[in-house]
Amino acid sequence: MAKEELHTKIKSEALSLFYGQKQALRDISIPMYANKVTAFIGPSGCGKSTYLRTLNRMNDLIEGVKITGKTYIDGIDVYSSGVNVVNLRKRVGMVFQKSNPFPKSIYDNIAYGPRLNGIKSKAELDVIVERSLVGAALWNEAKDRLHDSALALSGGQQQRLCIARAIAVNPEILLMDEPCSALDPISTTKIEELIYELKSTYTIVIVTHNMQQAARVSDYTAFFYLGELVEYDLTRTLFTNPEKKQTEDYITGRFG
Amino acid sequence: MSAMKKSIVGFFALRIPMIFTLLIVAVIVVIIGNFLIVGGGHISWEFLSTEPRNMNTEGGIFPAIYGTVLLVLIMTLAAVPVGTITAIYLTEYARQNSWLARTIRFAVNTLAGVPSIVFGLFGLGFFIQTVGAQIDRVNWNQTMSQFHASLEARQSPVAGGKIATITEVQKYLESSKEYDWKEQISSLSTFPRGTEARVNDDIVMRFMDDKVSLKWGKPGLIWAAFTLALLTLPVVIVSVEESLKTVPKDIRAASLALGATKWETIRKVVIPNSITGILTGSILAIGRGAGEVAPILFTGAVYSLQGLPSSLSDQFMHLGYHLYILSTQSPDVDAVRPLQYATTLVLLALTLALNFTAILLRSHIRRRQITS
Repeated sequence: MAKEELHTKIKSEALSLFYGQKQALRDISIPMYANKVTAFIGPSGCGKSTYLRTLNRMNDLIEGVKITGKTYIDGIDVYSSGVNVVNLRKRVGMVFQKSNPFPKSIYDNIAYGPRLNGIKSKAELDVIVERSLVGAALWNEAKDRLHDSALALSGGQQQRLCIARAIAVNPEILLMDEPCSALDPISTTKIEELIYELKSTYTIVIVTHNMQQAARVSDYTAFFYLGELVEYDLTRTLFTNPEKKQTEDYITGRFG
Repeated sequence: MSAMKKSIVGFFALRIPMIFTLLIVAVIVVIIGNFLIVGGGHISWEFLSTEPRNMNTEGGIFPAIYGTVLLVLIMTLAAVPVGTITAIYLTEYARQNSWLARTIRFAVNTLAGVPSIVFGLFGLGFFIQTVGAQIDRVNWNQTMSQFHASLEARQSPVAGGKIATITEVQKYLESSKEYDWKEQISSLSTFPRGTEARVNDDIVMRFMDDKVSLKWGKPGLIWAAFTLALLTLPVVIVSVEESLKTVPKDIRAASLALGATKWETIRKVVIPNSITGILTGSILAIGRGAGEVAPILFTGAVYSLQGLPSSLSDQFMHLGYHLYILSTQSPDVDAVRPLQYATTLVLLALTLALNFTAILLRSHIRRRQITS
């Protein structure tokens, strides 16, 4: 494979996070590359989801969270005082563990973000809705029922709807917090294929419990344990030739 | 314990709650049935659309219905927005354990436990004697300074300390094109030394100074509605808070993650998804307010009325208060009894109608949410 130019999209330096007195993340330093899929693996409670949520500052919503260290996106510290959280979240989309469509129609779910950005024209919204649904591989299933409730979709379709909703606002980065953990294998496959396609447009960071999934979809993998980043490497390297004993124990299923 | 004892205990353990439950149903059946049978016969278009006559022993209750509906309407306009905004602040913005949020919650809970008659006295003391009286005072001072200017105008018989009779002053005021001094003219006719007394501008002013005309500083529709709004406020706040809390965290998170501000999230996700609860809670709170009498005793309700209230400062008749008057102040107990029952039925119907509206609204919105 030809050596390609890597562009660092996200970079954390010595990032620590505290819930009150309890330290949940310890000195995380990691670069993540544009148009690559980076997977976070590790046992429950290791801090991988918490770290993911620092990237779009969703942890701000939790009372008593304190953060030290830096996280840069395109070289700008997202926790510096000049950063507008609302604009940050428009650039850094997120798909949650449990699909969470609004109790509105499919169309209105996807149009929600664009409407926030002031797009009112129906023609324009129609284009965005179609493009997003196509992008999330849901168009064929949803095109005849755009004005039906999103809650009538199946679990896997709802999760793809959430992806469509996230990409409707043209983010640069897509954060996915265990997006397939509540889905059946067929839906999971569809979303994994989708992730593969989406990475040409977006920088994707995915948290997963499933190591096969990390191996299948990601270019880079980070292993978290007890709030620390134990090892971070090319997925191929990390899974075939891990440097640390802990990583090897985890990926071979000896604990976790 | 012997087997027999056990079976006796078991019998009562099962039956007693059952009996109490049936008792509650029976009470409702008796209340509604009784009033339906005795009062129902007296309900007629005439009863609903005319004024009481002959010391309340004949005629209808239209002014009381009108007053009650108007009162409830104004109370709603006051209580629901304030209550909703407070609830939104408490659930969405205030830090849950902050000093401010705890203080507000404590105040709301305390307010909910205050006896309604105390609200009535508070309304009298605060709204009428403080706020209303202050408004009147300010208006009066303004009127008096205009009045003084009129007395000092060139054509005035008492301008610059000249002396004239009260009649002359009245005549001059009547000719005023700028202001309508009707009230002052009639006040002057009560001058202690008669209308032929000779006065100067100072004496006229001194005489007028304490003739403050009460408009807002007396019981009236708006103060009764505000007092009642205070009473229902805690109920509105608590029910709106409860319905805001039912909106799942994850759809709030979805909205925020799309770059919505907190306010956009509240407006586009939280409120639309809790509107049923907000409306239902509000209507139930209003239903409770509609039946209260104690808070309006001192703040605006009267037992009889010339014509209908036409201004927010007017007094009004009220079904609950009217019922109290019918029951206690009647010259002819037998003649008034059917009216009493029929009035009760109307009051019951009004509050029950509010409750049914709440139920219908809830099911209607729920249906719409499922299909949309």
